Amino acid sequence: MKQAHQNPSENPPTASCGCSELSESEMLKRLDVIIDTYQSTDGALIPILQAAQNLFGYLPKNVLRRIGERLHIPYSQVAGVVSFYSFFSTNPRGKNLVRVCLGTACYVRGGKEVLSAMQKTLGINIGETTEDKMFSLEVGRCFGACGLAPVVMINDDVHQRVKPAKIKELLGAYRDAKQPTQEAAAC
Amino acid sequence: MIKLTIDRNCVEVPPETTILQAAKKIGIIIPTLCYLQGKDPIGACRVCVVEIQGGRNLVSSCSTPVNEGMVVFTNSPRVRKARKLVVELLLSEHEGDCQICDRADDCELKTLAYSLGIRESHYVGEKPKRSLDTTTAALMRDSGKCIKCRRCVTVCNEIQRVGALFPQNRGYKTLIGPAFELGLDDVPCVQCGQCAAVCPVGAIVEKSHVDMVWAALEDKTKHVIVQTAPAIRAALGECFDYPPGTLVTGKMITALRRMGFHAVFDTNFTADLTIMEEGTELLMRLKKALVDKQPVALPQFSSCSPGWIKFTEYFYPEFLSNLSSCKSPQQMFGAIAKTFYAQKKGVRPEDMVVVSVMPCTAKKFESTRPEMSSSGVKDVDYVLTTRELGQMIEAAGIDFRALEDGQMDSPLGLSSGAADIFANSGGVMEAAIRTAYEIVTGRGLPTENLHIQPLAGLQGIKEAALKLEKVLPAWSFLEGVELKVAVAHGLSNAAALLDLIKAGKAQYHFVEVMTCPGGCIGGGGQPRFTTDEVRQARIQAIYKEDEGKSLRKSHENPDVKKLYEEFFKDGPCGHKSHELLHTHYVDRSDKI
Repeated sequence: MKQAHQNPSENPPTASCGCSELSESEMLKRLDVIIDTYQSTDGALIPILQAAQNLFGYLPKNVLRRIGERLHIPYSQVAGVVSFYSFFSTNPRGKNLVRVCLGTACYVRGGKEVLSAMQKTLGINIGETTEDKMFSLEVGRCFGACGLAPVVMINDDVHQRVKPAKIKELLGAYRDAKQPTQEAAAC
Repeated sequence: MIKLTIDRNCVEVPPETTILQAAKKIGIIIPTLCYLQGKDPIGACRVCVVEIQGGRNLVSSCSTPVNEGMVVFTNSPRVRKARKLVVELLLSEHEGDCQICDRADDCELKTLAYSLGIRESHYVGEKPKRSLDTTTAALMRDSGKCIKCRRCVTVCNEIQRVGALFPQNRGYKTLIGPAFELGLDDVPCVQCGQCAAVCPVGAIVEKSHVDMVWAALEDKTKHVIVQTAPAIRAALGECFDYPPGTLVTGKMITALRRMGFHAVFDTNFTADLTIMEEGTELLMRLKKALVDKQPVALPQFSSCSPGWIKFTEYFYPEFLSNLSSCKSPQQMFGAIAKTFYAQKKGVRPEDMVVVSVMPCTAKKFESTRPEMSSSGVKDVDYVLTTRELGQMIEAAGIDFRALEDGQMDSPLGLSSGAADIFANSGGVMEAAIRTAYEIVTGRGLPTENLHIQPLAGLQGIKEAALKLEKVLPAWSFLEGVELKVAVAHGLSNAAALLDLIKAGKAQYHFVEVMTCPGGCIGGGGQPRFTTDEVRQARIQAIYKEDEGKSLRKSHENPDVKKLYEEFFKDGPCGHKSHELLHTHYVDRSDKI
């Protein structure tokens, strides 16, 4: 049953993240502060996971263990919640997070073609990160912008009516940008 | 009360009753796969769907409460069609190695498919990823057979509060198991096997020792002996279609002898020995606290149940010193079999094979603990569950129901009624009090039939108090002391009790914990399916066994007395007994 996991990184990154000035122990201290603020709230797990993902850029396994331990929630349950929601990632993410919507409206208006063009252009599969750590690719399940289908979100920007032929151009803008928007938001 | 009609029968039930429960009341059994008695319905399997007159969709009867005037059909053409479809879809994803599956005999999915008349598979397609988890000593998981009913998740999280299993991923890719496809051994699994006991299919089963035991029985160079736990005799009969609660002690002994064991012994014997050691340990702790005024860990916790031990090691390491240092009866047996008995018999411990029959899967793990080799070799070589023994008897072609009654062999076969009740929740405590009370006061326990009523039954946490008066001079420090005891079964109840003790909200001298609901009679290795009714029936059988003996108290067991005279000459908790009968525990809290 013990199988190698994709990018089994147990430790949070220090270099690829915009928070590179923070050491791992400082980040874990920040995580504790986040947990403290939610400690007495029922159903705190999901908001804590969201905040932790903002802090680390993804959800490293030692962070999940720490969250489970502090909330007295078994590790298997924490992992179950994380793996249920496509929003959460346990793999280190690149500077830019690309999420292609495959919700019903986007799906019927060509979301799948957009996704395969995106995979081809980036040379990675869903859940993976490009070698230069510039892009990670995920699938989204409806961003609530069905009228604009098919939709691609890159970091916090919504791109409407995306055509497979325009993808290179679209990504180029992010590749050239000096300060990726998502990382700025996360810190 | 609410009146409704189910399949043209009128029924009146209290509000909040589900359709499933109401139907059962009038003898209509709606099939289920994910439903677990006494737990919130999950509604995952959809097998229990029924039709409600005027309703647009079929509803799951396990999770739908009754309504006044409701008209329910549990067997309409629409219901049958839907149920069949649901089961066919489950089968399409299920790795059906039916002929060679551990559950070939009692698979709920197979039985259901048969009764619904499914004779061909219409849906052949992609199957989910299959992987085998063999990381623990006791259990095996096969994700290909899992039908995602989540019964195991409910017992692991709610009844046992262990949380090793949880649904991972979503939709078609859902896997039931530990975090990130880790093995069970990589998460805090206590190996109690309650998951295996409730699994409707062969997705979680015990790791079989059957072939190893057959091989040992064939090996002419080995002296192979067997011990049977107290809970086996009240459940083994179920493997041979006896109703739950049928005592088959004598037939079990004859069957084991016919299988070729050189001697048939009783874990009950070392249960009596456990009472001597554990009772003495308790009195020593009390003396230390009350006379010497020294800090000592109280309450003392019983240590017979290996799942409970591992649970404490993972989740409550601060209580490790409260655990009695006594080994469990299984391990005490192994230790004396390969020393005392081996010397008597003139057999080297390495030429002896000790086989246990246990109602438990965690006992398989316990026998592999490195601390359990005090004879110089592994004290207990193989552990069979009740189910495995049933299977072996069948394979040996033994007509179990036709067997004559046999007797346990000497010198490790004689036991008191106090040892029998080790099988059920409250029994270890009652056995301990029967002996401790008499040692301290010189008088027999003054309760009816030697039972302690508040400790019996299936309530999760039970308490009792007993005032010690007119004690013997040697125990004068206990004069007037009110002995307070508690009993918990099911690890969620144990955890609740530990939290109370930790918070200073409850104080006891002695606490008994059994891992499985109902105690060992409800163990993870018992014949399926263990409901509360089955637990009650097995418990009654055990009390019958106890009451049927003239020997009712552990300290009166003549063979135990002889063992102390001949072997453990410095008495209970003496130097030699510490070497062989006591152990220590490991803090595993860094592994959660």
